[in-house]
Amino acid sequence: MKTTFNTLKRGLLASIAAVGVTLSLSAQANLLSEIEDRGVIRVAVPQDFPPFGSVGTDLQPRGYDIDMANYIGEQLGVSVELITVTSANRIPYLQTGRADLVISSLGKNEERERAIDFSNAYAPFFLGVFGNSDIEVSSPEDLSGHTVGVTRGAVEDMELEKVLPADAMLQRFEDNNTTLSAYLSGQVQLIATGNLVATEIAERRPNQAPVTKFMLRDSPCYIGLKKGEAELQARVNEIIAQALEDGTLNRISETWLRAPLPEGFGS
Amino acid sequence: MLNFSDLLPYSHLLLQGLWVTVVLTLYATLGGVAIGTACAAGRHYGGKALRGVIGGYVELIRNTPFIVQLFFIFFGLPAIGIKLTAWEAGLLAMLINLGAYSTEIIRAGLAATPKAQVEAARVLGLNPRQVFFRVVLIPAFEKIYPALTSQCIIVMLGSAVVSQISVMDLTYAANLIQSRNFRSFEAYLVVAAIYLLFAILMRQVFEWIGRRVFRHRRKAS
Repeated sequence: MKTTFNTLKRGLLASIAAVGVTLSLSAQANLLSEIEDRGVIRVAVPQDFPPFGSVGTDLQPRGYDIDMANYIGEQLGVSVELITVTSANRIPYLQTGRADLVISSLGKNEERERAIDFSNAYAPFFLGVFGNSDIEVSSPEDLSGHTVGVTRGAVEDMELEKVLPADAMLQRFEDNNTTLSAYLSGQVQLIATGNLVATEIAERRPNQAPVTKFMLRDSPCYIGLKKGEAELQARVNEIIAQALEDGTLNRISETWLRAPLPEGFGS
Repeated sequence: MLNFSDLLPYSHLLLQGLWVTVVLTLYATLGGVAIGTACAAGRHYGGKALRGVIGGYVELIRNTPFIVQLFFIFFGLPAIGIKLTAWEAGLLAMLINLGAYSTEIIRAGLAATPKAQVEAARVLGLNPRQVFFRVVLIPAFEKIYPALTSQCIIVMLGSAVVSQISVMDLTYAANLIQSRNFRSFEAYLVVAAIYLLFAILMRQVFEWIGRRVFRHRRKAS
């Protein structure tokens, strides 16, 4: 009995040591060349945040982030291993080396920048004014004489109030759904909201799909990388630039966000 | 802890909101009582078909929530091409609401008029119009006047709901203010006090009108 226990203990210690060696080895190697050697890139993607990442009827993850991950894999010439994460554990996955990239509608802030590195922006995420395509509005000044629906007390309410011309009207509604109803029933032709809400309207009522008029606050999504992987970061940025150039990113945006990339995205 | 001075920068919002509530209430009261009088007369004297239509209207409005009626008018009607502004939709909802309730109140007054009183008036040679307005309607109103006053005040207080479709009434002002400075206790307390004062004032005005309209009758009795 005792011998069995000792053998077990020895075996356990040995394997811990082995893991330790592997970990220290991988920490020293360049992650980009390691991915290329491995032939697989492990990407953390969301599974509960459509249209960026959700589970389709075939039980496979699908969405903007998944398409982006596959595109990067394709460009690197490696296969993609998707790891579904939640918004709470996506950064720990990166820090503990269980994922090479986090493509999970990740926004940038100071706190996160201390923990991980970021690529350039790959997906639009913003508050803006949206509306019928036949209304000519492209800046806050153009709103003069128009009425804009907004959810009372939301960030977009405050942001819009700052830039609203004196002869424009704000119609405030109690919650997001009421604001949506006001737009869908034609009671207001313009609404201030997030681009994902506009996507949702476009999904439900394709013929009333709201068009982006201008942005109120921009906080695009970035790809997260482990600190200090400059080579991988440069390569990912290169791939994003290429996707922007050849229209791949715009196509992904039109597929999942039902809207082209906003003007000047990535510049 | 409490800080009412935070509300001062928003006092113009409160005043504008109060004005909207006052104007809505004024129109809704005048229009609603007119609708109620017409429907009560129709339901009391009219033929079977008219009685049925008015009965349907009254039951429909009195047995559905005000906010649902309001949302139906504002969000629902555009689907069949009737698009009203928030203010118009709010007023219309208040009108049909008070119309339905006051129909039943006024009808009770009409029903309480003794038949002999009408017969006496006819014998004295008054024409049907004179009989209705002077012998039936005014005594009927006198009987149900306190109930009608209360119903109008209820509709005024109920008008707070129109803030949900972005009518900038007194409640809308309170909602907006507390979403800006997070002084919900102060904002709603002040607005509640304004509603209370307005309701008391409304009752006074109704009593004053009542004293003038029913003056001769009071003396006679």
